[in-house]
Amino acid sequence: MDIDLLSNILYAMVRTGTPLLLVALGELVCEKSGVLNLGQEGMLLMGAVIGFVVALLSGSVFLGFLLAIAAGVLMSLLFGVIALGLNANQVATGLALTIFGTGLSAFIGSEFVGKPIQGLEPIALPLLSDIPLLGRMLFHQDLIVYLSFALFAAVFWFFRSSRPGLVVKAVGENPHAANAIGLPVMRTRYLAVMFGGAMAGLAGGYLSLAYTPLWVENMSAGRGWIALALVVFASWKVERVLLGAWLFGLASILHLVFQGLGFGVSPNLMATLPYAATIVVLVLLSRNQVRARLLAPMSLGKPFHAQS
Amino acid sequence: MIKLEPRGQHSKLMAWLSPVLAGVLTLVSGAILFGLLGQDPLVALHTLLVKPISDTYGLAELCVKAAPILLCAIGLAVVYRAKVWNIGAEGQLLMGGLVGSACALALIDIEAAWVLPAVLLAGMAGGLLWAALAAWLKTAFNANEILTTIMLNYIALNLLIWSVHGPLKDPDGYNFPESAMFSDSAILPTLIDGTRIHLGMVFALFAVVVVWVLLSRSFLGFQIKVLGLDASAARLAGFREKRLVWISLLISGALAGLAGVGEVAGPIGQLVPSISPGYGYAAIIVAFLGRLHPVGILLATLLMALIYMGGEMAQIDLGLPVALTGLFQGMLLFYLLACDVLINFRIRIPALSAGKAVPATAPVNQETAL
Repeated sequence: MDIDLLSNILYAMVRTGTPLLLVALGELVCEKSGVLNLGQEGMLLMGAVIGFVVALLSGSVFLGFLLAIAAGVLMSLLFGVIALGLNANQVATGLALTIFGTGLSAFIGSEFVGKPIQGLEPIALPLLSDIPLLGRMLFHQDLIVYLSFALFAAVFWFFRSSRPGLVVKAVGENPHAANAIGLPVMRTRYLAVMFGGAMAGLAGGYLSLAYTPLWVENMSAGRGWIALALVVFASWKVERVLLGAWLFGLASILHLVFQGLGFGVSPNLMATLPYAATIVVLVLLSRNQVRARLLAPMSLGKPFHAQS
Repeated sequence: MIKLEPRGQHSKLMAWLSPVLAGVLTLVSGAILFGLLGQDPLVALHTLLVKPISDTYGLAELCVKAAPILLCAIGLAVVYRAKVWNIGAEGQLLMGGLVGSACALALIDIEAAWVLPAVLLAGMAGGLLWAALAAWLKTAFNANEILTTIMLNYIALNLLIWSVHGPLKDPDGYNFPESAMFSDSAILPTLIDGTRIHLGMVFALFAVVVVWVLLSRSFLGFQIKVLGLDASAARLAGFREKRLVWISLLISGALAGLAGVGEVAGPIGQLVPSISPGYGYAAIIVAFLGRLHPVGILLATLLMALIYMGGEMAQIDLGLPVALTGLFQGMLLFYLLACDVLINFRIRIPALSAGKAVPATAPVNQETAL
């Protein structure tokens, strides 16, 4: 395998892994606070369609991204009101959010299917992008990929050394104890859910404005669900989310690798790989029930009533 | 300021009123949406909900659409009673269609009465095997069934697309990604001449009765319900949890598989890339809307089938996107979840009832909302 092909594969791996990284980081924060939001796929699709439509109509990709994030936040608020405000079952509410987001995004985007748009272009950082092998992968990407690096570092720092990070963890591990010492459980959970929405919206915008600059119904193709599995894969540890996202990125572009190497495998069969890999990962990490339970935030998915 | 106050007990009345309320709220939201889109709300709602079933052909089409949804949803009622969250009816339906088609194409030159039963059984086996994978992953490896069944949905869809581009492609089909048309002996007979209503609806109604008996009259159904209500009680009673997970998933998979093969051997007549407009996902909404009860599911299925038809009608008559169907489905589920809060809580407006004593609160079982 020559170095150019390898460099290209690494480049595509990071690009493909970026939406997964963004969604998984958002969901990680959300789950750390004890809330399981299965609506990632719906928020992703809403971000994608709103970002695309806004960018197409206004001509501003930046505005597209901004409103994609807003759409993600609004969707997450819908989840928050029902799952946190009304104490509905989080699994069912998340599922409803995905079904609603899929329907609403298809409805909004139906007149925009297949329209072309000028997507986000990669920016080569001087000198750094000339590093052999890693230069193209890390320093010749578009703005959102760079932003994903920064957001990864920020979330890592947030949980490693910030006080609010500690509050989120406390709320997720034991909301009643957190409430007893005066921590704002509900506000923390709402903010965590909204952060998850913003990240999913941004990831959706990335899909329709940079990764493949167009809108197609259901274009996220299960990435929101894969990101949910990624959080399990990462054992709720931030650094492993990055590794996982890029590994899944690699699994999604293996058909390109095989083509490059001259193997002929049906692209439709290769397309099943990321999904199959997700199942394998879940099996490996859930096999040990005790370990699986210890790693997850203790109150994950359980509603909280303040006892007054 | 509005407050939610625990009722202290599960309200049976609200459990059945909530789906109706959700339906009404969806209609009102729909009417507002149509108004915003510049349509006359009443005309639009009429086009959506009344016009599609205003003649015999329309009523027959309603049954054509209802059959696969009902089969999937009635199977989901069994697994959801056990609190096993099978989101994979769509994938199980697709595999049923795929395996059934492979069987029908292998027997394409044979004219015999046993061909159709063989095709239907193959389809059921396809759905059953796909659900068996999820059951194995859950019972042997403790893998979360929500994520595994969704992944299996995407894998099934890609396998289906692969097979119509490859092994099952019609050799005389000008390279279209479709299989050959099935022979007449592999096609489900229609019930009424001049319509497309076929034997699948009869199977679906039969499945409703069987599942009703299973859930309300059999020891197996009792065990499934206990497992769902309280897993530790089921274990204490000596019920074998893994066995129940397997059985309930296999039942729901086989029924979804039958739904899939009923589509390819029914109204479609061949294998095509899109054999289902999301019937498997719609069935999830139907199962919740119907309160996991066979009769409720039957009513909810008819509503869902009507929404599918209404979406098509709105596209033809009003030029609205057909994705309207998905939007209405999503709204319906959301409103249902919100209204379900009223099963365990009552709304109290403190400003109106100032001075009244607050009733003692008993612990509320959160899980009963589903």
